[in-house]
Amino acid sequence: MLAYAVRRMLVSVPILVIATFVVFVMVSLSGDPLSELKTRNPPPPPRTLALEAHRLHLDEPVLARYWHWITGVLHGDFGPSVQSTQVIGPELAHRFLVTFRLIGVAMLLALVLAVLVGVVSAVKQYSATDYTFTFFGFLFLAMPSFWFAILLKEAGISFNDTVGNQVLFTIGDSSVYIEGGTWASIADVVGHMILPTISLALLSFAAWSRFQRASMLEVLNTDYVRLARAKGLRSGTVLTRHALRTALIPLVTVTALDLGAIISGAIVTENVYQWRGAGSFLLESIRHDDAYAVAGWLLIAATFIIAFNLAADLLYAVLDPRIRYA
Amino acid sequence: MPDRELAVTQRSQAQLVARRFRRHRLAVVSLAVLLALVLLAFVGGWLWKYSVVDLTSDESVPPSWDHPFGTDAAGHDTFAQVLRGTQISIGIAVLGALVATVVGTVWGATAGYYGGRLDTVMMRIADLVLTLPFLAVAAVLGHNVGGSWWLIAAVIAGLYWAYVARVARGVVLSLREKEFVEAARAIGAGDARIIFRHLVPNAFGSIIVNATVLVAIAILLETALSYLGFGVRPPDTSLGLLVSDAQTAVDTRPWLFFFPGLFIILIALTINFIGDGLRDALDPQQTRVRR
Repeated sequence: MLAYAVRRMLVSVPILVIATFVVFVMVSLSGDPLSELKTRNPPPPPRTLALEAHRLHLDEPVLARYWHWITGVLHGDFGPSVQSTQVIGPELAHRFLVTFRLIGVAMLLALVLAVLVGVVSAVKQYSATDYTFTFFGFLFLAMPSFWFAILLKEAGISFNDTVGNQVLFTIGDSSVYIEGGTWASIADVVGHMILPTISLALLSFAAWSRFQRASMLEVLNTDYVRLARAKGLRSGTVLTRHALRTALIPLVTVTALDLGAIISGAIVTENVYQWRGAGSFLLESIRHDDAYAVAGWLLIAATFIIAFNLAADLLYAVLDPRIRYA
Repeated sequence: MPDRELAVTQRSQAQLVARRFRRHRLAVVSLAVLLALVLLAFVGGWLWKYSVVDLTSDESVPPSWDHPFGTDAAGHDTFAQVLRGTQISIGIAVLGALVATVVGTVWGATAGYYGGRLDTVMMRIADLVLTLPFLAVAAVLGHNVGGSWWLIAAVIAGLYWAYVARVARGVVLSLREKEFVEAARAIGAGDARIIFRHLVPNAFGSIIVNATVLVAIAILLETALSYLGFGVRPPDTSLGLLVSDAQTAVDTRPWLFFFPGLFIILIALTINFIGDGLRDALDPQQTRVRR
């Protein structure tokens, strides 16, 4: 299994190189990173422009720039940013931590809800409960994430108005200044997280609950579940110990495959709630034609997705003894 | 036993599919609603008294007979804007899904048919695309290519073909060892003929179902992209752009926010149901425990 993991990781290296290369070239060709500087009034002296171009390696061809970047990354240097006050490496680390906090909690919430709803739907197939859950599942699948997030944000604002106190925060990932020590800042972060987490979680929840329902139905129709029932086990025991444990396994793969979609969802969610996370970093960098920053972003996001998928495949082998990797 | 002749009607494949589809009531209703929406957008938008660029003297008025969806602060008729947005969003999604389906089918079928090293290389490229967070890459590409609708469709197709390729390859892999392929080869059919005349038509069921669902996914990607400012740009409009413009007006002028959102949901919802019905009709093996 270790050899398999190592081989998978080695195979993903070219994937990362090609993906970052394509994105790097696309961003480099899409606009002039110095356009903001050039349109300044009074116009900066030519020497300043030349120095800035040199700092960003713009005096070299795109291929050479990419080479600088990829060799720099190996030493932990993510290249010069168009926004001269920003150091890409540490900024990316900080921003991704904020985003992973959101993604992690949202995925956990989505998984727990999806398993609950999926199992209930499957056990009570074609009941009113099942039809209600199915209806909402389809509805959430068809709902644009940004639209729902804006709606939830408005709901949060009116909730605050009714309570007469700012309980739910709708702007930013945390307050700039907090009084009252660690507990107060934890409470502050939680208050900022509630609405964005729900917004992000509902998307995956819809897809996963449908999947969990189908997976559970399949298991409930197998012979070994029938046997467990025939032995006279209590139905609760059959459901949790025999059926659910098997029905959960496919969800591992689906969760991993959806990570890219969740990161995309986080970009939208951060935009609606004005978080300074990885998503807003990406959008700013694209607007600034900052090829180094965009490539760095993609490198981290794609590495994370690949690692997550690998972990899911390995976990699958642990959970399902029929699968062996050689 | 009364002496009655047994009536046996011959039914073509298409009739069988249509019969199975009609049995899925939700899908039939969805098809009607979607057709009505498309007709409203493409014919109604053309007939409607206001166009997208018309500035009326009514500013920020709530829905009325004159302006069914109200107007915005500049005096644009929201009904006209939503219809135009629907045209653009549906156009992008359908074109994007269509191109993705054609490219993906050819790609996946070729990889699956030849197998071996070619298959490995081709599917690795598809996997590479599937590893990426689509919205991020689409934003980079959208920023690069500018805002015309068919380029946005190309961006969407450039990402989603990989999904189709996986599906098409899977089907072709299971079909290529079948007797009819062997028979075709025995009478001297070439590779291209076997792929496009024998394998792809037999994979049509899964491919059409997949393409339908892809339209719904593409609508959601396009609207998200336009919402973020990397898709369709003013002066043209899309449903995502309309929601983006209205996001500060949810409280004060809710009609600006709710109508475009409602249209997105209706389109995506009906397409998903139609896809469900088509799956039952075209691809009975794939249907999970239904009745």
